[in-house]
Amino acid sequence: MSEPIAETAAVPLKRLLQRAERMKKLRYGALIAPLAVFLLLTFLWPIAALLLKSVDNPEVAAALPQTVHQLSGWPGKELPHEGAYAALVSDLSLGKGSKTLAEAAKRLNMEEPGLRSLLMNTARKLPLASDAGPRESLVAMDERWGELCTWQLIARNASQKTDYYLLAALDLTRDASGEISRGEQGDSVFTEIFGRTIWMSFVVTVYCLLLGFPLAYLLASLSKRSSNLLMVFVLLPFWTSILVRVAAWIVLLQQGGLINHVLIALGITDEPLQLVFNRVGVYVAMVHILLPFMVLPLYSVMKGISPTYMRAAMSLGCPPFKSFWKVYFPMTVPGIAAGGLLVFILSMGYYITPALLGSPKEQMVSYFVAFYTNETTNWGMAAALSALLLAATLLLYVVYNRLVGSATNGAPQR
Amino acid sequence: MGQQDGGSAHVTFRKVQKTYDGEHLIVRDLNLDIQRGEFLTLLGPSGSGKTTCLMMLAGFETPTAGEICLGDRVINKLPPHKRNIGMVFQNYALFPHMTVAENLRFPLAVRKLPAAEIDAKVKNALAMVRLEKFAGRYPQQLSGGQQQRIALARALVFGPELVLMDEPLGALDKQLREHMQLEIKHIHENLGITIVFVTHDQGEALTMSDRIAVFNHGVIQQIDSAEALYERPVNSFVASFIGENNALNGTVESLADGCCQVRLDCGARIEAVARNVSGVGARTMVSVRPERAFLADGEGGGNRFSAGVKEIIYLGDHVRVRLDLVGGHDFTVKMPISQLDRQLRSGDQVVVAMAAEHACALDPVVDAH
Repeated sequence: MSEPIAETAAVPLKRLLQRAERMKKLRYGALIAPLAVFLLLTFLWPIAALLLKSVDNPEVAAALPQTVHQLSGWPGKELPHEGAYAALVSDLSLGKGSKTLAEAAKRLNMEEPGLRSLLMNTARKLPLASDAGPRESLVAMDERWGELCTWQLIARNASQKTDYYLLAALDLTRDASGEISRGEQGDSVFTEIFGRTIWMSFVVTVYCLLLGFPLAYLLASLSKRSSNLLMVFVLLPFWTSILVRVAAWIVLLQQGGLINHVLIALGITDEPLQLVFNRVGVYVAMVHILLPFMVLPLYSVMKGISPTYMRAAMSLGCPPFKSFWKVYFPMTVPGIAAGGLLVFILSMGYYITPALLGSPKEQMVSYFVAFYTNETTNWGMAAALSALLLAATLLLYVVYNRLVGSATNGAPQR
Repeated sequence: MGQQDGGSAHVTFRKVQKTYDGEHLIVRDLNLDIQRGEFLTLLGPSGSGKTTCLMMLAGFETPTAGEICLGDRVINKLPPHKRNIGMVFQNYALFPHMTVAENLRFPLAVRKLPAAEIDAKVKNALAMVRLEKFAGRYPQQLSGGQQQRIALARALVFGPELVLMDEPLGALDKQLREHMQLEIKHIHENLGITIVFVTHDQGEALTMSDRIAVFNHGVIQQIDSAEALYERPVNSFVASFIGENNALNGTVESLADGCCQVRLDCGARIEAVARNVSGVGARTMVSVRPERAFLADGEGGGNRFSAGVKEIIYLGDHVRVRLDLVGGHDFTVKMPISQLDRQLRSGDQVVVAMAAEHACALDPVVDAH
């Protein structure tokens, strides 16, 4: 009986269903549209724009258009032909005193100190006085115009895009021939900072787990009344400003602070310990601030684990502690995974706490992002550091997900 | 009741009491001998103390007073993992992060058996519940009935002599439940182990058990075979808890040779077996099973009452006639379809009859609880 119905009505029925579903989808879409637009405008677009800044390189091309044009087919093995010099003279005379030229000079100076003055001085001395060719005159004015590397540098920055910032953020640079190499001084400023950021985040995550796990277990096993009360204390830090909490830690941890007083009074130490403006202080405050982010996911997972599992393990002959380890603990892994990830990723972006409680040796990547945006207005470096931080976080997330995901795949929570 | 010989008792509860708050006793003065190889069911309404008894036996609760013996050994202070008692939980408690095989290996690995022996035992246990093919699956990939059977296999795989089951079939649908009841019963017969089974489903208890202990208010009301419980309840609670029951309240008028005359509150007189009456003049509840009463015509011996038909309920294999006994007692008669008079309509006047031996005079229901 149902066959003819299915045959004759299949198409219209499907269309009807689609129409009905479409209305529903539109309605849901309309509900989240304001949020989607808001996020797009205030979150996704600025991030994308900032990330693009890390490869953005408009300065030289804007200030020296003719020169760039002349250099476009230049192989870069020997000094460019006369035309390029003439174009440079023309560009510099046109741009004399303009902001564009100043920015291009600043940009080139980043890679080769001294180029700013070269460019600005040359522009100031134009137009050329002598009748000699532009090449001869420029070299006479400053011998660097007769050096291959100056021209290579300009040619390298002729493009609108550069990998200079990203490489610099990894302590790499391009040498005169364009090969990627370690910085000349052999310093490893940013790799060290990235390593420090990851290590400190890892340590904070481990401490949060060690402190948060027993707390979450207690919360999950207490009666509803007492666990609600305790939960208020766990969430209490959320109600105060992060600055207030950091300031409080300074008061507590400083040389003449409460904790040192107590330690001396108890005879544990003779002289005050250095607890703040070093790594100890940063760890203490970060663990304190991030602990709820570990406790809450753990608690919600543990709350869902029936006490019967432990009983079952014990009834099968397993001693209590081993039962906990073999049966209860594996079931909490999704909570550990979620909490750990949350704390780790939040730590990676920490800025204020290390800035206020740490020495220069505790500053993490975010500090340098702020430094480049606020102090030197080097958007390229700030964007490159941010992009690399984001990439590192995503990479770690993928690795972590693979590790923890495979461990929890077998045990989806009921 | 014959189980007091103590010599071969597998489990003994002696004057066991349990309270959680120090004010109310959940279990009051429990004395119980469980024989080796017996299938004993603890049956009772929720909150009657049956699960607490099971948990005390498993070691998850400590008795407030009294002692529990396993064989000759007092186990009050023995932690659960040293008791070697198998247990099947209400929601199976299969470890979700382990496969079926790993779940079954767990109790054996804890006992540090050699790997070959473990493999053999796991295989046997899976064969026993006919789920060999599912060894590599995770519990949540199995149906409820399959999980149930794995839980059973896990509780048996390490060879315990005593297995406790805490409403293990509660989460299954009716058909599967009945199937599992028989399966557990057969496993019990084959292995010869002692099983203590907790349920609030009397059908389950009647199907499976050698003996049933009926709990109410922390006290065992009666412990007996299914037949004895149904046919010869010792008090009104057991009579009304097990099976259907017509309760007729009245006062004992005379008492002789185990029989008594009871004047019902409606004025009618009924002859009944005196099973639990304190004497002439005492209040009593007469219990009559619906299938023991019948609709009769004309005069005859035994107890007879006229009644009005209120409702006829057709149930396929039998029919249930709800009556209004003289004086307003509700009364139900259950009879095979073949015996039903097709002309009967609600509002008709009929005569309902029952033999004196099928009417039990028990303790009065109101003051008892």
